[in-house]
Formats: sequence, structure tokens, C-alpha cells
Amino acid sequence: MAPTRSLVAVSAGLQVPSSTRLLADRLVAATERHLRDAGIEPVARVIELRDHAQDLSNHLVTGFPSPTLQAAIDAVARADGLIVASPIFNASYSGLFKTFFDVIEHDSLEGRPVLLAATGGTARHSLALEHALRPLFSYLGADTVRTAVYAASEDWGRSGVPADGSLVQRMDRASRELAAAMAAREAHSPPDAFSDPESFEQMLRDLEPRQAGDN
Amino acid sequence: MQFGVFTVGDVTPDPTTGRTPTEEERIRSMIELALRAEDVGMDVVAFGEHHNPPFVPSSPTTMLGYVAARTNRIILSTATTLITTNDPVKIAEDYAMLQHLADGRADLMLGRGNTGPVYPWFGQDIRNGIQLAFENYALLHRLWREDVVDWEGQFRTPLTGFTSTPRPLDGVPPFVWHGSIRSPEIAEQAAYYGDGFFHNHIFWPKEHTQQMVALYRRRFEHYGHGPADKAIVGLGGQVFMRPNSQDAIREFRPYFDEAPVYGGGPSLEDFTAQTPLTVGSPQEVIDRTLTFREYVGDYQRQLFLIDHAGLPRSVVLEQLDMLGELVIPVLRREFAARRPPNTPDAPVHPRVTAALGGVAGAA
Repeated sequence: MAPTRSLVAVSAGLQVPSSTRLLADRLVAATERHLRDAGIEPVARVIELRDHAQDLSNHLVTGFPSPTLQAAIDAVARADGLIVASPIFNASYSGLFKTFFDVIEHDSLEGRPVLLAATGGTARHSLALEHALRPLFSYLGADTVRTAVYAASEDWGRSGVPADGSLVQRMDRASRELAAAMAAREAHSPPDAFSDPESFEQMLRDLEPRQAGDN
Repeated sequence: MQFGVFTVGDVTPDPTTGRTPTEEERIRSMIELALRAEDVGMDVVAFGEHHNPPFVPSSPTTMLGYVAARTNRIILSTATTLITTNDPVKIAEDYAMLQHLADGRADLMLGRGNTGPVYPWFGQDIRNGIQLAFENYALLHRLWREDVVDWEGQFRTPLTGFTSTPRPLDGVPPFVWHGSIRSPEIAEQAAYYGDGFFHNHIFWPKEHTQQMVALYRRRFEHYGHGPADKAIVGLGGQVFMRPNSQDAIREFRPYFDEAPVYGGGPSLEDFTAQTPLTVGSPQEVIDRTLTFREYVGDYQRQLFLIDHAGLPRSVVLEQLDMLGELVIPVLRREFAARRPPNTPDAPVHPRVTAALGGVAGAA
């Protein structure tokens, strides 16, 4: 049986359907193809943040997620690879997108392969991927793949004018990088402090005062 | 099993009238709650400790000392005593003193506190919260058990030849509960010492409570204090009652919608479904409370929060009376019928046991 890897896409598109979701779906399909080429069976899931908008604001106020939001957070924490896609609003990711990554545990993405993606009306905002999304995921300790994908309206093809294909090529390159990073890692299993607690004696020993000059 | 009330002492405007109680009124209402809790047959009253508005109780042993002088039976506790930013030497002295004045009717619950600025105001750093809880409690534990202590740690000036006075009443230190919502290290700490573990069990889904208590029970056994089902567990809970369930919901809703903790967030209906908050008839409170043991096991202490979010004093006292008359007598009977006969009671000072005629706990 082929080894499996879980792939989770997080899409912060607001319209239904949204171009952000379209981009996320295309990247999922391309990544699945590259994983299969590497002999890995992908298990993919797309999380639409719009479905959790109300629960996310409730979480900010109460400090805990609803059961459905908890399930989405757990899926992200357990994923072997992530595709994160936001519309660019006012030169950065959307508030909904940021809110989701504000409520996940701060260390839950550490070392995880992440593909960055964004959409916008014009190509002028494409560097928001590099000055907004990439620093956020660097802070979270994720292992972002080199190629990030931006899709402006014109990249989907204007009426009567075929798109030049560069978006397709870029999606293929980025998803190949993500699949390779996922294939190179062991399947992810998050540590559980409740099933495997650190011994109290050890934690107490860690507290003992260091000798003078021993810094 | 012990039943009681705990209060954080928030000064919150009543959203239905816009009136904010004065600090004096709020302090008096906390005292009144404690005195009347004894009158209606409760076993425990616990005061919070805060060092920032809108909370008044910065000095719990002063308040508890006053309550001790005006009561005879009720156990005085805290919810919680800040083990991170208080000097453990002062905790040792203050609560041993309270224990003497209250004839042994004193225990305390330790918590870390989650208000960032309180740490630097008291010379500490919130990033050291867990380490402060470990080191300060390790010292407190020794101060109550060793007459002369030599000690050195990271967070406090060293002690050489120090004796904490007064010594615990009859040589028995106050019983300690450790409280935490979701830090496994604190459940581990409670288990290591064989102390009690309390989960506040309000404002959060029951899964947090379940996970923490399960870890505490397992590790209590691991550290050799006895089987997991003999560990000492306490829970909070939050209720609002009227004889008719719809009246309770109608009356509580404006307080819920404006409450500092969850106002502006989920609906009352979602919040009662997702957390242990129960708004309804006394029978609904009884039914819900009896489900708690299904996810934490048979436990020793149940405290209710009834006086926050700007609820007026008269309404809070009505809630207290309903708990005392209609809810707690039924809960005592029903919990007793469900728990195995060898389930331990919460430890109390031998003087308290003696005052109750030799029966441990409060029956």
C-alpha cells in the first residue's frame, strides 16, 4: 500500500465561487498529481474560512473555538503539507485569513511545508506574497516553498484572449516543490503533552539555580 | 462532597440599568455572599485575587479573616491565589495565620494569573509563569513542613535559617488545590505532590476539563499517591436559575450579551451548549451538574459562580437561596447515590472533622 500524506488547503476567498478557491483547488490538484508521481497517496481537504467567519470572531472573544472550527484547526495542525490562499486586500492578506492563523497554536506549523498563494485584481499586488504572507509563515516556523503563486484577474484569461500559460506553469512548479518537501518528510504526528507528559522531577531539576558564571 | 460558591469580585455595570456598584458595595456584597452561603448550608466559599480594575479583591486573607470571624462552619478558600506574583513566604505566613483564626477552616487554590501587566508590576515576567508556579510552590510546600528552611532559587532572594510563623495549625498545612484551564504542567504538579486539582470549568468547553482531570488522575497514581479514582478533584460551574426556564433565559440574556468575558461573541444558546454554563430551572441545573461526574469521574468539590456580569446583589442572593434550598440538597443525595462508597472526601483540617462530629468532609 502506498504511503499517504495529508494535504490541507486553507482558502480565504469571500465570494462563492471565488477566484481564491479556484486557485487553491488547482494547486491541490497539481500537488496531488506530483505526490502520486512520487508514489504517495494524498488525502486532500480544502477549508473555506468563509464557513468559519462567525466562529473565528467568537473565538477571538471567548478564547475557544466552536467544535466545527476546532475540527478545521486540528486538520491544519495534523497536515503534512499546506496550501494557504488569501485575496490581497489593502496590500496584504485579508483579515479573515490572518484571524485563522492568529487562533492556531503558535507552534503548530513548525517545520511544515507550506505553499503560499494569493489572488488580486491586478498583478501590481503580487509582491504581497513576499512582504506579507512569507514573513507571517516564517514567524510561525513553517517551511515555505520557494515558489509562491499569485493570480491576477487577467491570468485566468480575458474574453477572447487566451492566458499566456505562465500561471499554469507557476502552479505546476510551486506544487512540485510542495510535493517534494512533503515526500521528503516523515508523516507528521503532532506531540501530545497530555499523553506523554514531561516528568515533574525533570521539570524541577531544570529550575535549579545555575552556578555562578555558568550562563 | 463539598458544595460552594466562588467569586472573582468584578465591578461590572448592570447592563439593564447602567448602574455600576461602588468598590465598597462590591466588597460588601462579596462578604454578604460568603456569610449567607454558610446560612444556606454550603460547605465552601472561595474569593478570587486580582490586582487590576475592574476587580476589587486584592487582599483575600483580609476578607477571609473577616468572614472567618462571622461564620462557624464554612470552609474559606481562594479562586485563585497567585502563586506566580505573590511572595511564597508571604503566602505561607498569611494562610497559616488564616488557618489559626478560622480554626482550621482554610484551604487555598493556586493559579498563575493571566493578566500580563500584573507580572511586571510585581517584578516578574509572564513568560516565566510555569517556572514561577513550580519554584514558588516548592518553597511554600517546605515552609509549611520544615521548621527551619535554607533555600535558594531563581526568582526570590535566598533564605538562610528562616522560620515561617505561625506554624500551620496543629502542624497540619492548609490543603492546596492547583488550578489551571489547559496547562498540563499544572496537572502534573498537582499530581506530583498528591494535592487537589481544580478546573474552573466555566467559560470553556468541557473537553479542556476532561483532558486536564484525566491527566491529573493518571499522574496522581503514577507518583504513588493511590489509585486514580482516589485523586482529589474540584470543579467550577456557572448557573442562572428561575423556577421557569424561559424566565431564566429572558432575565439572564442582557447580562450574558454584555458580559466582559463573552459579550459580543456567541449567542447564549451556543455558549450554554458549548460550555458548562446552565441557564434554566433548578431541575435543569441539577440534571446538568449530575453529568459532570460522567466526564471527570466522582469528584470532591463543586463551586458555582453566580455573582458576576453586573447581576444585582438582590438577584445574586436569590440565586444563592435557590442553590441552597432547591439544588444542593438534591445534588448531595444524587451524587452520594452514584459514587462508590470508598470515594474519598476532600481533605479538611482535623479540627473541621472534629467539629463535624468525626465525619470527614461535609457529608
